[in-house]
Amino acid sequence: MKTVKLKINNVEIEASEGENILNAAKKASVNIPSLCKHPDLHATGACGICIVKLKGAPNMVRACCTPVSEGMEVITHDPEIVGVRRTVLELILSAHPNECLTCGRNGTCELQRLASEFAIRRESFNPVVPDIPPDSTTNSITLEPRKCIKCGRCITVCQEKQNVWALSFLERGIDTRIAPAGVTLGESPCVRCGQCSEHCPVGAIFEFDETEKVWAALSDPELYCIAQIAPAVRVSIGEAFGYPPGTNLTGQIYDALRHLGFKAVFDTNFGADVTIMEEASEFAHRFLSAPEKLPLITTCCPSWVDFMEKFHHDMIEYFSSCKSPHSIVGTLTKTYYAQKLGIDPSKIMMVSIMPCTSKKYEITRTGNMYASGMQDVDVALTTREFIRMLQQSGIVFNDLDPETQADSPLGEYSGAGVIFGTTGGVMEAALRTASYFITGHDPESVDFKQIRGLEGIREFEFKIGGHSIRTAVAHGLGNVETLISRVRAAREEGREAPYHFIEVMACPGGCIGGGGQSWNVDDAIRKKRAEGLFSDDRSKAIRLSHRNPYIQKLYEEFLGEPLGETAQKYLHTSYQARPEYKR
Amino acid sequence: MIDIAALAVKKWKGERGSLIMALHEIQNQMGYVPREATMEISSQMNVPLARIYEVLTFYNYFKLEAPGKAVISICTGTACYLKGAPALLDEFKKDLGIGVDEATSDGIFHLQCVRCLGCCGLAPVVSVNGKIYGKLKPSDIKPIIAEWREVFPAKETANAAN
Repeated sequence: MKTVKLKINNVEIEASEGENILNAAKKASVNIPSLCKHPDLHATGACGICIVKLKGAPNMVRACCTPVSEGMEVITHDPEIVGVRRTVLELILSAHPNECLTCGRNGTCELQRLASEFAIRRESFNPVVPDIPPDSTTNSITLEPRKCIKCGRCITVCQEKQNVWALSFLERGIDTRIAPAGVTLGESPCVRCGQCSEHCPVGAIFEFDETEKVWAALSDPELYCIAQIAPAVRVSIGEAFGYPPGTNLTGQIYDALRHLGFKAVFDTNFGADVTIMEEASEFAHRFLSAPEKLPLITTCCPSWVDFMEKFHHDMIEYFSSCKSPHSIVGTLTKTYYAQKLGIDPSKIMMVSIMPCTSKKYEITRTGNMYASGMQDVDVALTTREFIRMLQQSGIVFNDLDPETQADSPLGEYSGAGVIFGTTGGVMEAALRTASYFITGHDPESVDFKQIRGLEGIREFEFKIGGHSIRTAVAHGLGNVETLISRVRAAREEGREAPYHFIEVMACPGGCIGGGGQSWNVDDAIRKKRAEGLFSDDRSKAIRLSHRNPYIQKLYEEFLGEPLGETAQKYLHTSYQARPEYKR
Repeated sequence: MIDIAALAVKKWKGERGSLIMALHEIQNQMGYVPREATMEISSQMNVPLARIYEVLTFYNYFKLEAPGKAVISICTGTACYLKGAPALLDEFKKDLGIGVDEATSDGIFHLQCVRCLGCCGLAPVVSVNGKIYGKLKPSDIKPIIAEWREVFPAKETANAAN
């Protein structure tokens, strides 16, 4: 790429042509304050905090959306610039409720941090905080438009990245507000992915908090509380406790859950191994005997399921009917495990710790979520809610025992189970076991590296025992439709499907970038979190789901054959076309 | 209603800037843009509903609610304002029990403020469904309301609305 030379505060630097001043300044070791710009998203230029002076330009310009050019001379800080920034900040604050102490983002709010750095000590303008009620109708995220600073991140994510179009800017000027089009969020096309809450700099969109429910259950002597943690949680939770992104803290989390009072601690990765047994069986069956039902499309992601049911229900026939890993752990806990230990399943409180806001919706999505005869998973908490519970508990996270083990058997997992948390991981785990189901022997190499990475759409044709398997992976719902339209076009023209197997995750990076994860994520952090999971996989002696002895035992003792009658009853679900609500 | 939306779509589909023109067409014909029409436009023109609502709520011209049978437009342009429009507005609000841009619960009266009706010599001016009333005093308001109540008796309208 062509580079240009420019000066930032009289320091000469080189930057790529087209790069914005905000990024280029970092090369001169200068940090320009910004608020509305998020590294994942294009600049909206909404807030004005990042204004800088350009030599020869009559007005100050916004660094986030001004590209560098040859010979440019930029001044990022002088008393006048700082004064303007302060005024901008004071104007934003005048339309923002002064409720920091009771806000969910207290301590993590980007606006609060700027107010602190700029030493704002008084209200300089009369407050004009709008009076708009909150909206919790999705039971996954809560919209609090009063707190919105109109940066536009949630809308860019919802419309452009996810192509869901649940959120929009309605009205204009001082009356501008974030809202769905004339309905509640629950009635809108929202698929509850929570990327809006992940990207919101303030507390205007926040996970639907259910921690009090869990605290109450933990102090109820009648209840037998059991927790499970999703793969992606273990590599992001450390960011809240001073660890670098991607640090694998599985043992510490198990230990923390025991300290909190959970009587048993399971791992969603075990459920992932079960999912693979079923999904790889489905794939092998369709691939060998029912090619007209290909491509098989993965369904572990409830936002993707919701998206498909709303907008692409002609794809239902391709969907894997297998439930997601945490649903499976929930069902098996209240059947298999309860029977084994002689516990009354109606007394079990199953809590899933998930990187995801949509799992809150998934646990009551259909009748299949009550396969045990009761609600299989009682509460789904996001990583962020779990972090708050730990902070409230007095547990010193860094002192927890990294060697702590989960409870057997629903805590024993293979390397294939743990990579479920990243884009491409479900595909890779499934291919490892599908190879065995198709050819009768394990793959020579368990690494299907060609399908790893963070590109929005990845395709690769794998050779497995004389067969060619065409795979595709998409993450971020905006990328999904490219694949779907290719499948649809082939079907309409009577051609063979372009793929045999498709994996979809709604969030960028997959669950590691989930809508319930720690804030301030970008691709560099997603990469580290993914590497944390792949390294856990590499460290495992058993890296194939079907070689997990506890999985083998589960099928011998309880489930019978994959896709058999018992497996169908407990591990599978169905899909339905949802009423069309046009995006 | 869907027919109007369908016609508007047919006329404007594929043209640059066509969404706003189609919405204008519906607003002009119906006096507001009903939700069913936005759904129709959304699916026919392949525009997300969220985008349509962004446009509808951005411009004052578009209304999302059905206007009343008798639309009372109070001029609050400079001349009328100085000649006493605020007092007229207060009188309407008090007598009808509604605010600006609202309709009475029986759906008969709709109150709105407009800028200059082009007859400043008659200030302060009010128009009801296009009929102009000039040089008004607050005491003139009750008779105007009574006049339009005769045109749209409450009972009949309520039935029609059902």
